[in-house]
Amino acid sequence: MSSARPQGHPALATEAVARRLKKRYAAERRFKGACITALSLALLFLVLLFANIAVKGYTAFEQTYIGLDIRFDPQTLDPTGERDPEVLRQANYNTLVRDALTDLFPEATGRSERRELAGLVSNGAAFQLQDMVENNPSLIGLSRRVWLIASDDADMLRKGNISRDVPEEQRRLSDRQIAWMESLEAQGRVEMRFHRLFFVNGDSREPELAGIRGAVLGSFYTMLVTLALSLPLGVAAAIYLEEFAPQNRWTDLIEVNINNLAAVPSIVFGLLGLALFLNVLGLPRSAPLVGGIVLSLMTLPVVIIAARAALRSIPPSISEAAYGLGASRMQVMFHHRLPLALPGILTGTILGMARALGETAPLLMIGMVAFIVDVPKGIFDPATVLPVQVYLWADSPERAFVEKTSAAILVLLAFLILMNLAAVLLRRKTERQW
Amino acid sequence: MSTLLILAILLALSTFAYQTGRRRALSLVGHAKELPALPGYYGSYVLLWVLLPALVVLGAWLVLQPRIIERGVVAQLPAEVRELPENRLGLYLNDVRNLAEGNVVSREADPELERAAENWARLESRGRSARGAFVLLLAVAGFTLAVRAIDRRLRAMHRVEKALEILLALGSLIAVFTTLGIVLSLVFEAWRFFQRVPVTDFLFGLEWSPQTALRADQVGSSGAFGAVPLFVGTAQISGIAMLVAAPIGLLSALYMSEYAAPRVRSTAKPLLEVLAGIPTVVYGFFAALTVAPWIRSVGESVGLDVASESALAAGAVMGVMIIPFVSSLSDDVIRAVPKALREASLGLGATKAETVRNVVFPAALPGIVGGLLLAVSRAIGETMIVVMAAGLAANLTLNPFEAVTTVTVQIVTLLIGDQEFDSAKTLAAFALGLVLFLVTLGLNIVALHVVRKYREQYE
Repeated sequence: MSSARPQGHPALATEAVARRLKKRYAAERRFKGACITALSLALLFLVLLFANIAVKGYTAFEQTYIGLDIRFDPQTLDPTGERDPEVLRQANYNTLVRDALTDLFPEATGRSERRELAGLVSNGAAFQLQDMVENNPSLIGLSRRVWLIASDDADMLRKGNISRDVPEEQRRLSDRQIAWMESLEAQGRVEMRFHRLFFVNGDSREPELAGIRGAVLGSFYTMLVTLALSLPLGVAAAIYLEEFAPQNRWTDLIEVNINNLAAVPSIVFGLLGLALFLNVLGLPRSAPLVGGIVLSLMTLPVVIIAARAALRSIPPSISEAAYGLGASRMQVMFHHRLPLALPGILTGTILGMARALGETAPLLMIGMVAFIVDVPKGIFDPATVLPVQVYLWADSPERAFVEKTSAAILVLLAFLILMNLAAVLLRRKTERQW
Repeated sequence: MSTLLILAILLALSTFAYQTGRRRALSLVGHAKELPALPGYYGSYVLLWVLLPALVVLGAWLVLQPRIIERGVVAQLPAEVRELPENRLGLYLNDVRNLAEGNVVSREADPELERAAENWARLESRGRSARGAFVLLLAVAGFTLAVRAIDRRLRAMHRVEKALEILLALGSLIAVFTTLGIVLSLVFEAWRFFQRVPVTDFLFGLEWSPQTALRADQVGSSGAFGAVPLFVGTAQISGIAMLVAAPIGLLSALYMSEYAAPRVRSTAKPLLEVLAGIPTVVYGFFAALTVAPWIRSVGESVGLDVASESALAAGAVMGVMIIPFVSSLSDDVIRAVPKALREASLGLGATKAETVRNVVFPAALPGIVGGLLLAVSRAIGETMIVVMAAGLAANLTLNPFEAVTTVTVQIVTLLIGDQEFDSAKTLAAFALGLVLFLVTLGLNIVALHVVRKYREQYE
C-alpha cells in the first residue's frame, strides 16, 4: 500500500503507515471480537434455556410421600363382612386417611383445622388405599404403615418452593400445616420417592396426580397418522416431480407451491383444519386423526424436498445400467433408484416428524387443548399431545405445575433428541461416496 | 361390517387377486417368455382392479354417510326442534348421536330424543351393511372383469405403469390442493366476516375488542374489529426480535465462515441449529416464566414501569429463536461469495475485517436481505411464544415495556374454547388468518426471488 503513495520523507511515511496499521489491526480485533461475542451469546442462550428448564424440571421426577399408620377399619370398609368387591369399591377411603392423621395430631379438633390437616395428603391417597384393599382384601382389620402421596402444597414445601418467610396469608400453606409437616418429618414419616405416577397417569387438576401418559400416547397416535400420510404421499410426489413430470407451467406451479407451503405459518394450517376437516368434513374434534392430517400437510413439503434431493443424489450411471438391461422407467425407479435413496428419504422424514412432534399452534385450532383425563386408545379418541400439554400446564396457576411443565418439556426434548440422533446416525451409516 | 373388517377382507382378496392374475397369465402360454410382460404385471393388473375402485368408493361413502344420516334424522324430528338455529340444532344432533352410540348425553333423554336416536342407530346400521356389501361387490366385480381381460395381447405392464404414474401424479397434487384449501377456506370465511364488518373498518380501525354480546342490551355489545393495534403489536414484537436476531445471527455467520477453524465451525453450527429445533412452546414457557419476570424486575430496579407481559420479553425470546434462521441463511450466501474476491482483497493488503466489510458483505448483501426477509416472515407467523408471553388486550402503543397483542395471539384466543361458528368473533380469526397468510406469502415470494437472483450472479 505504502508504495502507491507519493514518497515524502521515508521515515515519516513509515511512521504514518505504522500508526494507521495499528489502528487497522485494532479495528480487526474489534470486529473479530464482535463476531465471537455474537456466537457466544447465541450459544449462551442455548445453555441458559436448557439449564433453566432442567433445573426447574428435574425435581418433578421425585415426589413427597407421607407415611401414615392406616387402620383398615372393617366398620368403614366392609360393614357386612362379605368382602363384596362392589362394597369395597364404594367404601370411603378418605376416612381412613383422616383417622390416621387425627391419631397423629389429636390436637387438631376444629373443622377448618381438620380440613387443613387432611390437605397435607393428596386426594389420590384414597385411590392408593382402594387399590391396596381390592388387591388384597385380607388387609381389612389390620394396621399398616402406608406411604401416601403428599398434596402438591406439601410437596412444594418439601422441595423448598414455598418459603417459610412469607407472611401466612400470602402462602398456600398455613403456619399450622408447616408445623405438622415439620413434626411428620421429625418422625421420619416424610420421604422423597421416584414419581412413577408422572409417567403412568393422564392429566389431572391435581398437580401431584397429573401425568404425561395421555399426552405421550396422544403424540404417538398423532405421529402415526402423520407418518402414514406424509411418507407415502411425499415420496410419490417426489418421484413424480423428479422422474415423470413434464417440464411445463403446471409442474412449475406445483414446485413453487411446495416451496411456499414450507413457509406458511403453522397456525394457518390449523385454520385449514378447523374450517375444512372439522366444519366441512365433520371429522371428530380433538382427535389424533385430525391432528395427524393437519401435521402431515405441514410435514409434506419437508418430505418432498428431502426425497427429491435424495433421488437426485443417486448417480445416473445406475439408472443407465438398468435401462441398458431393458428395465422400464417404473422398474428403474422402484427397483434401483428408490431403494438407494431410501436412507436419505428416511432421514428427511425423521427430521420432519421431529418438527411436527414439537408443533403446538395448529393443534390448538382443532380442539386438542381440551382437558382430557382419559388416556387415548386410538386415533379417534379425544387426546392431547405433549407440546399442548406443556402449554396447558404452563397456564395453570398452581406452583407445582411449573415443575411438571418443565419435566414434560424435558421428556419432549428427550424424544426430539432421540429422533435427531437417529437421523444423524442413519445419515452417517448410509452415507456413500458414489 | 366395520371399516377395519372391510379393509382386511380387501387385503386378503387382493393377495388372492395377484396370485390368480399371475397364474391365469401363465396358464395361457407354454412359457413365461411368450408373454408380452412379466407374469407379476398381470397379477398387479388384477390387484389394482380389485383395490382401487373399492377404496375410492369406501372413502367417499365414509365421508358422505354421516351427512345423509343426519339429513334423514332431521327430517323426522318434530318441527320445533327442526327450526332451531343451526348451532343449537347441531348440539341437539350431537346428543342424538351420543345416545345412539351409548355415550353420555348432556340433556334429559325425552321420548323425542330417544326416538331420534333409534332412528339414527337404524340408519347407521343399515348404512354400514350396505357399505360393506357394496364395496365387496365392487371388488369382486373388478376381480372378475380383470381376470377375464387377461389374454396374450393384454399389455399389462403398460396399463399397470400408467396407473402407477397417475397415482404418483395425484400425490404431487396434494400440495396444490393444500394451498387451494387454505386459500379457499380463509377467503370464504373472511368474506363472510367482511359482510358483517366492512373491510375498511377492519384494516384501518383503531379499536379491537371482539367480545360479542350474549344479550342484546349488554354494554359494548357491538364489538369493535379494527385490527390496526394488532398489526402494530405484531410489527413491534417482530421488530424487537429482528433487532436481537439480525446482528447476532449475521455476526455468528461471519465468524463461522470467515474466522472459525473447521473444528469450531463443525461443532458451533449444529449447536446453533439446535436452537431452531427447540419447540416454540418451550421458548414460550421460558419467555413467560423466566425472561418476562427478569425484565420486569430489572426495569423496576431502574424505576421503569414494565408490564409483566411486555413486548420486550416476547420479542427478545423470539429473536433468540430466529438466530439460527438468520445465521444459516446468511452463512449459505456468504460462502457462496467466490473465493477469488476474498483473495484479491487480502492480496491487496486488506485485513480480514476490511475484506468482510468492503468485499464479502456487499457481495452477499442481496442474499442476506432475502434471508432477513424470510426471518421476518417467520417472526410474524410465530404463535406460541406470543400466545404465552405477550398480552391479550389490544393496546395501541409503541412502548416496548407495555403489553401488546399480535395477530396470531388473537387468532388463538378467538378460536379456543366455546364458540359459535357463525359469530363475527370466530369469523374475525379467519380474516386475521387471511392477512397473515398474504403478508407471509408476499415476504416469502420477494425473499426467494431476491435470493435466487443473487445466486445466479456467481454461478
